[in-house]
Amino acid sequence: MKKLLLVIALLAASPLLFAIDTGKAFDDPVLQARYETIISEVRCLKCQNQTIKDSNAFLAGDLRREIRRMLAEGKTDDEIYDFLVVRYGEFALYRPRMSGKTLILWIAPGLFILLGGIVAIRVVRKRMSMPIDDDDEIEPNQAAS
Amino acid sequence: MIPEIGHFALILALSLAVCQGVLPLIGAYRNDAAMMSVARPAALGQLVFVMISFGCLTWSFLQSDFSVLYVANHSQLALPTIYKISAVWGAHEGSLLLWVLLLAGWTVAVSRYSSDLPDSFAARVIGVLGLLSCGFLLFTLLTSNPFERLIPAPMDGADLNPLLQDPGLAIHPPILYAGYVGFSVAFAFAIAAMLAGNLDQAWARWTRPWTTWAWLFLTIGIALGSWWAYYELGWGGWWFWDPVENASFMPWLAGTALIHSLAVTEKRGLFKSWTLLLAITAFSLSLLGTFLVRSGILISVHAFATDPGRGLFILGFLGVTIGGALTLYAWRAPGLDSDAGFRGFSRETFLLLNNVLLVIATALILAGTLAPLIVEVFEAGKISVGPPWFEIAFAIPMLPLVLLIGVGMHTAWRSQAFKPLFDQLKFPALFAIVAGILIPIVAYGRFGLLLSVGVTAGIWIMVVSLIHPVRSWRRAPGTPGMTRGVLGMSVAHFGVGMFVIGVTIVSAFTEEIDISVRQGESVSVAGYDFELRSLRNVEGPNYQAVEGEIDIRKDGEFVGQLRPQKRTYLVQQSPMTEAGIEASWNRDLFVALGDPLGNDAWSLRVQYKPMIRFIWMGAFVMALGGMIAASDRRYRLTAKAKEKATRLSGEPA
Amino acid sequence: MMRYLAPLVVFAIMIPVFMVGLKRDPTMLPSPFLDKPAPEFELPKLKDLSQTVSNKDYAGQVALVNVWATWCVGCRQEHEFLIRLSQENPLPIYGLNWRDRREDGLAWLQQLGDPYVASGYDADGRAGIDWGVYGAPETFLISKDGRVLYKHLGPLNRVIWEREFVPKIAADHGATP
Repeated sequence: MKKLLLVIALLAASPLLFAIDTGKAFDDPVLQARYETIISEVRCLKCQNQTIKDSNAFLAGDLRREIRRMLAEGKTDDEIYDFLVVRYGEFALYRPRMSGKTLILWIAPGLFILLGGIVAIRVVRKRMSMPIDDDDEIEPNQAAS
Repeated sequence: MIPEIGHFALILALSLAVCQGVLPLIGAYRNDAAMMSVARPAALGQLVFVMISFGCLTWSFLQSDFSVLYVANHSQLALPTIYKISAVWGAHEGSLLLWVLLLAGWTVAVSRYSSDLPDSFAARVIGVLGLLSCGFLLFTLLTSNPFERLIPAPMDGADLNPLLQDPGLAIHPPILYAGYVGFSVAFAFAIAAMLAGNLDQAWARWTRPWTTWAWLFLTIGIALGSWWAYYELGWGGWWFWDPVENASFMPWLAGTALIHSLAVTEKRGLFKSWTLLLAITAFSLSLLGTFLVRSGILISVHAFATDPGRGLFILGFLGVTIGGALTLYAWRAPGLDSDAGFRGFSRETFLLLNNVLLVIATALILAGTLAPLIVEVFEAGKISVGPPWFEIAFAIPMLPLVLLIGVGMHTAWRSQAFKPLFDQLKFPALFAIVAGILIPIVAYGRFGLLLSVGVTAGIWIMVVSLIHPVRSWRRAPGTPGMTRGVLGMSVAHFGVGMFVIGVTIVSAFTEEIDISVRQGESVSVAGYDFELRSLRNVEGPNYQAVEGEIDIRKDGEFVGQLRPQKRTYLVQQSPMTEAGIEASWNRDLFVALGDPLGNDAWSLRVQYKPMIRFIWMGAFVMALGGMIAASDRRYRLTAKAKEKATRLSGEPA
Repeated sequence: MMRYLAPLVVFAIMIPVFMVGLKRDPTMLPSPFLDKPAPEFELPKLKDLSQTVSNKDYAGQVALVNVWATWCVGCRQEHEFLIRLSQENPLPIYGLNWRDRREDGLAWLQQLGDPYVASGYDADGRAGIDWGVYGAPETFLISKDGRVLYKHLGPLNRVIWEREFVPKIAADHGATP
């Protein structure tokens, strides 16, 4: 019994008292879905790379509470993200917001696909005009691989 | 005394590595047989001394010799023996020694299985590996000596990080490092070819099995890491796009591209300079990963606690190694390719697309990982790039790739007629599309477009991967069956299909809840009932814990019992959660204890994760396919092969 | 020829980026309020909950706002320096008792001394969030016109005080007529 109390006391004394939330935050499934999305996209600034959804730290719990409050007050997702950015900077968001410096990050996938496509087309076209009857160095059995 | 022996052994290993690195390379340049013959014995000698050193460090841990600083920082008297051993590589200095050991091991493997290579080529390969060993040994001895003493020795150590006190630590790092280090072999083969000024199809045939082995170790290593994070960290996630995770994934992607590019080079003598570049890149990404993890430059749960001084050394090493390789590339690569051609619809084209898409994925992950650093260096503030970006960016090249895999596997070299291929694949395609639409609805009650595409892709790959094996199995007696190369390819691709299914289903249909529960109460998730029957305290060898006993029922039928724990490790006083997992091939039921809430209630996180095992099983099947392919007959040494090799490279044996 | 040199060039560009990157500490988050108006707050006084302390109390002065808690090891380390600083009295020091138990906070000040003009009691961390606090201790330097001149993370000591705070305080005093 004493040891159980000791363990509980240690756990309670550590900054983990306000840990994972208990129960659904909202009855409204739309709000709940928004809440879960938002908290999985906000960084726990105290931690070594975790979301506030998965973290036990004080700050994570406090931020989750604030987000719940703002959602209940009817704020939009953008307003909530703005709230966090004003206080903690862009660093707090795992989804980089569209701005001058992050624009290139967001167009990168499409850009790379375009470049890759151009390279592929050029290589194939070059090779299409070249002879295909050359010797293989490999035994006939290997034909399929 | 033992630590000093270990330290001295490392110094001896370094001197041997210097011989191994310098003499054979000069010998190959000058065609001096005596100098070249130093390579193999020096490599063996280096391995022996590194093993002695590693043994001394392990002994120090087993003896709990806290006069060794590294042992004092990462061990404890009450630490279970298996963790005392794994703690050897549990932090920076020791894991570096593990790296050195594996590098020496791979080098000896190469020197042992290279009798079919021309002497000068083998000498160059072993020489390059020797230079790499020099770099790592110097780094260890100069900045990260695991044998540093702590006088006076403390009575007890600071304990191993509780997160690492798990069987995962015993297997994940060694296998992962085997993969990272293994790519140095492909790198060495590439450098050797560039030094010799000559790269042919024989070179590709030599390089391929080594690359495949390194790749498959890395595949298993990454899968183990993902699995370990899943059950150890307690939150049910299996991949976070953390910088260190990305650092392991990028070499894997480049390595996968390399394996496929080597196929074209071996078969048609094409894509030679590209293959060289990939071989350099795969290992460079391994080195870059080492840098990112050990220099303190990025935030990560995995980052070793270390300092910028070490980072500078690694950066210098990176600069010399990669810079040197790329300079050699710029000089030697032009003009390598032959005049062979292929039609638009051919296996070559599909492998080209494979490479393009994999390289795009690698480049995107690199961009996302380095973006925060770049933004900060240019004083433009501080941003984060996390899963929301990575998931989208990665999916974009991967989606076309997984669809193309099915077609590419069955496309002939040089030119493929469309109609026969279409006839062969149309029914599997139809089956996959129907299954992709029906399975989510029937099994999980929901439809989604992207989700169906994912399931379709996974099933498509799995089904078409079976075509070759089934055809071979049903062949007429006396006709040749498929080679191991083809079987391995089929198995590996089947694994990819499994992986895609796992990722798609678990991403779409995970259910979870955080809830407060009292003893005797039940909570219901995804049709399963979780009853918290009791809570009691237990004692472990070096921790105390509260353990919950949870009974799981479905429709009244008993499914399993879980015992999740909330542990407090006595020395570091840090709390840790040990999740309880009820696993099955098609779903995991996951329970983690949160915290006591007073009034006998505890917070619990309960999750239903469908098909999550397919993620890791898929990876293991991929690795199995690699093993099968790498053991193909044509890679094994025969006198005939050796003869052919010397003839092709135009040098005396 | 160019395309074979490209990989080397790209790599060469990355090296100096990494070198500069090594010099930074990735865990240090610069305050988004730097050179901007400091956040406001209004909290009950730790020592007397019926009274309030707010940013208006130091309006027009250069001031220090120090975030502290009794469970924080670094706060304990910097406390003696803060006491000495308060005795030298170059500027008023306001405290923000963050996420603490009031009895603990009061006992701490009782035993170790109170360097603060007043400490606000931020039990639930709401004020901390408004200031972008993510751990203790943190210390903010506020200018006469209410902007954040500097934010220091971690325990304060003489060296950091002289190097970072003193010059900025002098500059702010010199800047206004």
